[in-house]
Amino acid sequence: MANVLINAPKTVRKGETIELKALILHPMETGFRPGVDGRLIPRNIIEHFTATWNGVEIFRLKMSPAMAANPYVSFFAVAKESGTIRFQWTGDRNFLAEGSVMVTVT
Amino acid sequence: MRLSAAVGLGTVFLATFAMAQGGKDQRRSGYQDMSPALQKMQDDDTANPAMLYVQVGETLWKQKAGASNKACADCHDSGSMKGVAARYPAIPPGGDKPVDLEGRINLCRTGQQKAAPFEAESEELLDLAAYLARQSRGMPIAPTDDPRLTSFRAHGEQLFKERQGQLNLSCANCHDDNAGKKLGGAIIPQAHPTGYPIYRLEWQALGSLERRLRNCLIGLRAEPFDYGSPDYVDLELYLMDRAKGMTMDAPAVRP
Repeated sequence: MANVLINAPKTVRKGETIELKALILHPMETGFRPGVDGRLIPRNIIEHFTATWNGVEIFRLKMSPAMAANPYVSFFAVAKESGTIRFQWTGDRNFLAEGSVMVTVT
Repeated sequence: MRLSAAVGLGTVFLATFAMAQGGKDQRRSGYQDMSPALQKMQDDDTANPAMLYVQVGETLWKQKAGASNKACADCHDSGSMKGVAARYPAIPPGGDKPVDLEGRINLCRTGQQKAAPFEAESEELLDLAAYLARQSRGMPIAPTDDPRLTSFRAHGEQLFKERQGQLNLSCANCHDDNAGKKLGGAIIPQAHPTGYPIYRLEWQALGSLERRLRNCLIGLRAEPFDYGSPDYVDLELYLMDRAKGMTMDAPAVRP
């Protein structure tokens, strides 16, 4: 189960700039660390994060092994129309997590 | 009449509460020594990474487990766990030794659910502890006045004040005598366990008070007690008593 926390305003005025914040539970294992048995722990990171507003992409981010566990992403968008903002995280081992939030533009 | 009595009592409570937080009380929680940015991170439930674990904990709370196929929620009403994290460690019913919150969860797991106990510091145990601790946020730390705890607490105090390790330092040398000063770049906190389990940025994960104590012992170049050792419970008893009346801010973020 994807475990995410999303922070977005519920209602905004048209044309207003809003901040969107998303946090996800993920180990972001670098692939460079040896485990207790001395062997490298295989890499397991989130590679891509995207956000869409009513299906239109508004933000995209490529992540690297240098990022800390449980990455937190914050970005801004201009509110144009009411709808759903979808967040998607994809990565190693076919990792796929999704979250969404409804925003009403008045 | 009854209303005014209630209001009066409320005022007295608020006054003592304020005294415990500021005024003559010189105690400071780790929260007060953090940067404003970290305080904001902790206060925002969508930015505090510990809340991710609380979410998992809530799922585990409702999930049936073990041979008796019972969930925690089958016995405990929702909301009945308010204040529990603020008074543990305590002696469980029918027991004669104190256990901490994690120990109590495992007692329920083996005794009621008839399931294998969670491993020390395992994610499931921390998730449940965080879920419980969240319900005591904002409440004052209120250790039980069970007289059977006195000797355990005294042992905890002795451990706190005893020099150990290659550096030959006691907990009190830093956290009583030199709290508020700097160790490296960091402020030495007064060691009040108001926010456990904590999301420590250095760990990039949630951890228990036991893990934090181990951390300090390793820092002293002392050999840490084993996980699950009663020495940790005694230390926790003493620390909770020392922080009596301070506000719980669990699950906290710490640098």
